[in-house]
Amino acid sequence: MTITQSVTKPPALRDERLIKRNPFQKLLARPEVGALVGAIVLFVFFASVSQTFIQPNAFATVLYGSSTIGIMAVGVSLLMIGGEFDLSTGVAVISSALTASMFSWYFSMNVWVGVVLALVVSLGIGFINGWILMKTKLPSFIVTLATFLMLTGLNLGLTRMIGGGVSSPSISDMDGYQAARAVFASSVKIGGVDVNNTVFIWIALVAVASWVLLRTKVGNWIFAVGGDANAARAVGVPVKATKIGLFMAVGFCGWVLGMHNLFAFDAVQSGEGVGNEFLYIIAAVIGGCLLTGGYGSAVGGAIGAFIFGMANKGIVYAQWNPDWFKFFLGLMLLLATIVNLIVKRRADASKG
Amino acid sequence: MSANQIDQQQLLKDEKDPLTHTPVHLLSLESVGKHYGSIVALTDVTMAVDNGRVTCVLGDNGAGKSTLIKIIAGLHQHDEGVLKVMGEERKFSSPRDALDVGIATVYQDLAVVPLMPIWRNFFLGSELTTGFGPFKKLDVQTMKDVTKKELADMGIDLRDVEQPIGQLSGGERQCVAIARAVYFGAKVLILDEPTAALGVKQSGVVLRYILQARDRGLGVIFITHNPHHAFPVGDRFLLLKRGKSIGYYDKKDITLDELTAQMAGGAELAELAHELEQLGGHGDVVKEVQAEVAHTSESLKEDSPRHV
Repeated sequence: MTITQSVTKPPALRDERLIKRNPFQKLLARPEVGALVGAIVLFVFFASVSQTFIQPNAFATVLYGSSTIGIMAVGVSLLMIGGEFDLSTGVAVISSALTASMFSWYFSMNVWVGVVLALVVSLGIGFINGWILMKTKLPSFIVTLATFLMLTGLNLGLTRMIGGGVSSPSISDMDGYQAARAVFASSVKIGGVDVNNTVFIWIALVAVASWVLLRTKVGNWIFAVGGDANAARAVGVPVKATKIGLFMAVGFCGWVLGMHNLFAFDAVQSGEGVGNEFLYIIAAVIGGCLLTGGYGSAVGGAIGAFIFGMANKGIVYAQWNPDWFKFFLGLMLLLATIVNLIVKRRADASKG
Repeated sequence: MSANQIDQQQLLKDEKDPLTHTPVHLLSLESVGKHYGSIVALTDVTMAVDNGRVTCVLGDNGAGKSTLIKIIAGLHQHDEGVLKVMGEERKFSSPRDALDVGIATVYQDLAVVPLMPIWRNFFLGSELTTGFGPFKKLDVQTMKDVTKKELADMGIDLRDVEQPIGQLSGGERQCVAIARAVYFGAKVLILDEPTAALGVKQSGVVLRYILQARDRGLGVIFITHNPHHAFPVGDRFLLLKRGKSIGYYDKKDITLDELTAQMAGGAELAELAHELEQLGGHGDVVKEVQAEVAHTSESLKEDSPRHV
């Protein structure tokens, strides 16, 4: 038994068995590449069929439309990489907006109080989703479907009980409204074009999420809990905390979008939001996030949202019948999922 | 190389005969038992693990091997008996607890996340970071370099630590898992059936890594149902059957044949031979099994192995 450690030669800088991949090939291995190609194709397509589509004003509108999906897609993408998904996001956005407006209106308080309370509620909804999931070990589909139904009922019921109508009362004349509107729902002029604040919030969220995902411990854990929760637990990753945290991150994104919805119009319809959760999931899936978890990127979700925004507005600019929009969306989803499947098979392929 | 591993090397040098002369065992179990509700999974198991020694746990499917390692690894708690680490009584409430005292487990399914790069898997749960506060980020370059170096030390020359670990072969993945445990200062390394899903050559490779881990001064618990894998590397052998210990031997007190016989059980082998004959099994096979029966019952009669 030798005790001395054999001195190892320093690892060679380049391994001759590795074919040097050019940047293009490296790009091809990224999760969002399918979506990127799709986005470029779609952009070129709409640009060629419609003159208005590439005009700055129209493009700002496309970006705005994309951002309202994209802000949520950031959280939903992270959650999906973490191996779960959330069906309550669409109505949770409205719950957040209703909380802020009803609370400030009923107690005649500064709207910022309502905004902060809405943040607490949104994070709370995320926490409850995650906590029930971890406690019961039920599939996230069931748990969040239940939350979705309950929130839908609460939105309608409480709004009627407190405000006496189906929409929240207008809060446009209340203290702090203008300031809050300036933060969540105003626009900035760039080169003569109004770009909505949500676009910048969206980009900032994507940047933060990407950094967290790729360059922090927590990011490593997110990939791990989605890829194999048991393996992650066995090496000491706090699986429960990570998953609950992800649901809360989705809650945070829901709060941001909820505040935008509220301050863009000063009132919220209590029955809104149903069905939107699928748009966020679609954006994440088109962007290369694997439904089974463990693979994907925040940038992918953003590209997915951008594709959604382009298709949504592009059809209008091309002066087509918008009835066809859902068909294209379904087709894109199918193609994207097939691409993802191929990616996963390739990654799983063991050499024996 | 972390400091506590050097300590272990030092400890090893001073030892005269670690099997009998260590003041305390690195890890020891005394009459440990476990039941799940009304099902008794394990009763009265006694074993010990020391620095630089390999303790093999042998048993067929359902013998209680998994329950035993789950207790040591902190996934389950024992109901009876005493588990001691360096002579101190312990009961682990989570895998983290066990890891903190230096007990690392390489599971059958390896506890790796197939879609993640090798270096991310290597450091999963114990990531290196640089920077402060909210700007604390992963030290990616160091982690990649360490992964490459540690694996090279174990004799695995990897092409690219950036490739998903799912693309490695079973043996290579096993080695990454072992190298990971060694690097993070494991004192006791539990290997759960590392050779079960591997071919002959790959198994040989993994057995070599077990010896390498041993030579680095780790106490190794090697779980297997294959005496041919256990015997060449083991220093002690614990045989389990239906949740009970049916033998605990030093290597010098037992031969491979005896070990095999104990594992299979002479009577059961005879029964199998009979059954094969009745089924009209191939003549040669039946003869072979009968020969084995005769051989093992003989060697058992000659000198029944002494219990440790």
